[in-house]
Amino acid sequence: MARARFDVRSQPGFGTIALFTFVVLYLPIITLVAYAFNASESLTAWGGFSLHWFGEAARNTAVQDAAWRSLVIALSAASVAAVAATMAAIATTRTAAYRGLGFKYAFINLPLMVPEIVTAVALLIVFARVKVWTGYSGLGYLILAHTAFCIPFAYLPIRARLEGMDEALERAAADLYAPPWQVFRRVTLPLLRPGIIAGFMLAFVISLDDVVISEFVKSGGQDTLPTYMLGQLRRTVTPEVNAIAAAFLALSVVLVTIFFFINRKKT
Amino acid sequence: MLEPAAAQDKRIAIEARGIVKQFGEGPSALRALDNVSVAIRENEFFTLLGPSGCGKTTLLRMIAGFEYPTEGAILLHGEDIAGLPPFKRPINTVFQSYALFPHLSVWENVAFGLQMLGRPSAQIGPRVAEMLRLVHMEDLAQRRTDQISGGQAQRVALARALAPAPKVLLLDEPLSALDYKLRKEMQIELKRMQSETGITFVFVTHDQEEALTMSDRIAVMSKGKVLQIGSPWDIYDKPAERFVADFIGETNFLTAAMVGIEGGMARVRLRSGIEIPATIAEGYTPGAQATIVVRPEHARAVKTGGQLAGKVENVVYFGTDTHIYIVLDEGGPFMVRQQNSRSQSCGFEVGDRVGIDIAADAAQVLRD
Repeated sequence: MARARFDVRSQPGFGTIALFTFVVLYLPIITLVAYAFNASESLTAWGGFSLHWFGEAARNTAVQDAAWRSLVIALSAASVAAVAATMAAIATTRTAAYRGLGFKYAFINLPLMVPEIVTAVALLIVFARVKVWTGYSGLGYLILAHTAFCIPFAYLPIRARLEGMDEALERAAADLYAPPWQVFRRVTLPLLRPGIIAGFMLAFVISLDDVVISEFVKSGGQDTLPTYMLGQLRRTVTPEVNAIAAAFLALSVVLVTIFFFINRKKT
Repeated sequence: MLEPAAAQDKRIAIEARGIVKQFGEGPSALRALDNVSVAIRENEFFTLLGPSGCGKTTLLRMIAGFEYPTEGAILLHGEDIAGLPPFKRPINTVFQSYALFPHLSVWENVAFGLQMLGRPSAQIGPRVAEMLRLVHMEDLAQRRTDQISGGQAQRVALARALAPAPKVLLLDEPLSALDYKLRKEMQIELKRMQSETGITFVFVTHDQEEALTMSDRIAVMSKGKVLQIGSPWDIYDKPAERFVADFIGETNFLTAAMVGIEGGMARVRLRSGIEIPATIAEGYTPGAQATIVVRPEHARAVKTGGQLAGKVENVVYFGTDTHIYIVLDEGGPFMVRQQNSRSQSCGFEVGDRVGIDIAADAAQVLRD
C-alpha cells in the first residue's frame, strides 16, 4: 500500500550518503581537537583531560615565532591584495565591455587555476635568483607570493558587490557636483566597504592556511605556523600539534563567522 | 539694434543645437539622436515626450553631461557646455530610480550637493530644512533611505536635486514607479514646486496625458527626431504629423483630395464628395492628396445629414462619455466621442446607419 512520493528532497539513500559525508569530513577534525586536550604524550592513547599541550605550545618560542610571522604575512598580504583587488574590480566593472575584458578576468583569476605547486616551484626559482642579486632575504618574498595568490580571493567578493551596485548612484553624485575622487570616496567606497572587508578576510584566511607556496618560498628560519606544523610531523609527534591546530581552527571559525555576518548585514 | 536679439537670447535657459548622437560606427551605427534642436525657455516646464527608444532620455543625459554629443552644441544661457563633465554643470537630475544614497540619511542626501559645492555648514542646515519643508519631508530627516516609501523617496530625490538651486532641473520619468493616485498628486506637487522655485524643468515621459496636463511646452520625439514643439494645445489640436496625432490622444485619420488653399486655410474634398475647411500643419507641402485628422470629440453622430456616413460597429459607455465606433461607407474606421447626459442614451445601437457631423474648425491637414 506504499504510495509513490515524487519529492526530490526525499529519495532513497540521500540520508545515508549525507551522514557518511559528514562523518568523513568532520570525524578527523573532531578527533584532532579532542586529542588536543589529551593529558598523555600519545596521539592515540587517551590519558585524561588537560590543557597541558596548549600551555606547552604557547610557551614554545618556535611556535610563537611562527604564529607571529604567519600573522604579519597574512595581514600584509591581505591588505595589499584587498587594495589591488578593489582597483582591479573597479577597472573591470566600471567600463563598457570591450575586446580583451574577458581575458583580463581570466588573468586576474589565474592563480585560482594554476596548480599551486607550479606557482611554488616557479617562485622558488625566480626568488632564488633575486635573493642572489639583491642580497635581501627577508619576509618580503613570502608577503609578495601570498599577495599574488590572495588577489583573486579578495577580487571575487569585491567585484560581486560592485556589480550589484546601482551605477545611477555614482551618476547622481557626479550630478551633485562631486568630482570623480569625491564620488569614489563619498559613494563608491562606503557602499563597497562590506565587499572589501569580506575580500580582505577571505584573503587573510587563505594566506594563514597556505603550506605549499610558503614551504617553497621561505628562507631558513622563516617558518609560518603551517610549515612549522608540517616540520613537526616529520619528527616526534606530540599532541602539541593538535593544540596548535585546534587554536588555528578556532581562529579560522571566528574569522569566517565575522565574514558571514558582515556579508549578511545590509546587502 | 543688437539689444532685442540679446534680450531674447537671455530668455533661453538651455538649448540643444543640431545634436547628433551616434552609437557605434560604419553601417551598423545607430543614430540615437538625429539633428535635434530644442530651445527651452527660462522658468518653463518643458517636456520631452515620446515612446521608449525615441532618444528623449539620451537627450536628457546629454544635458546632464552623462553623454557627449557626436555633433552639435548644448548651450546654457548661450554658453556651450557640451564638453563639461556633469559635476561642473549647474544642472541637477531627478533619476528614474531616484538613486538616493543608501548609506546616508534623508538629511545627508539633501545636503550632499551643497557640501560638494563647498557651502559653509551654517548655510547648508537652513537650506536643507527649507527643501525638506518644500517636499513635506521635514519629519523624516533622520530616516535612512530604506525606511521610507516610494512616494517619499521621490520627494527626497526632488529636494536633493533642488537644494543646490540649479539653473535647470532634469526629471527622468520620475513618476513612472508610483501608483496612479500618488502620480496624480505628484503631478500637481511638481507644478507647484516649479512655480515656487522658478527653476526651469525639463521633464521626460512617455505618458501623453502627463505631458499634456503638466507642461508649458512639449517636444514630441520619435526615432531620434523632434517632430513637433508646441504648447499642449498646439500638440493636441494642431498635430503636424501622423505620429504626433496618433501618439497623443485618440484620433481619426481621413484621406482627402486637396481642393485649394486660401488665406492660410485649406478646402479638402472628403471621399464622400463633400468639401470641408481645414487648418494646415506647419511645413505642409502642397499636393493633390492630403491626410486630415479629426479628433473624436470634434464630431457628432447624427441620424441624418453630416459630411460622412457609415454603420455603427460598436458602442462603448465610459461614464462621462460614450465612444461610438463606426465603419465608413467608403471604408475605414471612424470614432466619435459624445458627452453623456442623464436623461438619454446616445441613441445609437450596433448596426444602425449613422451620419458624422464634423465641426467647422475640427479638421487639420497633416504634413506627410
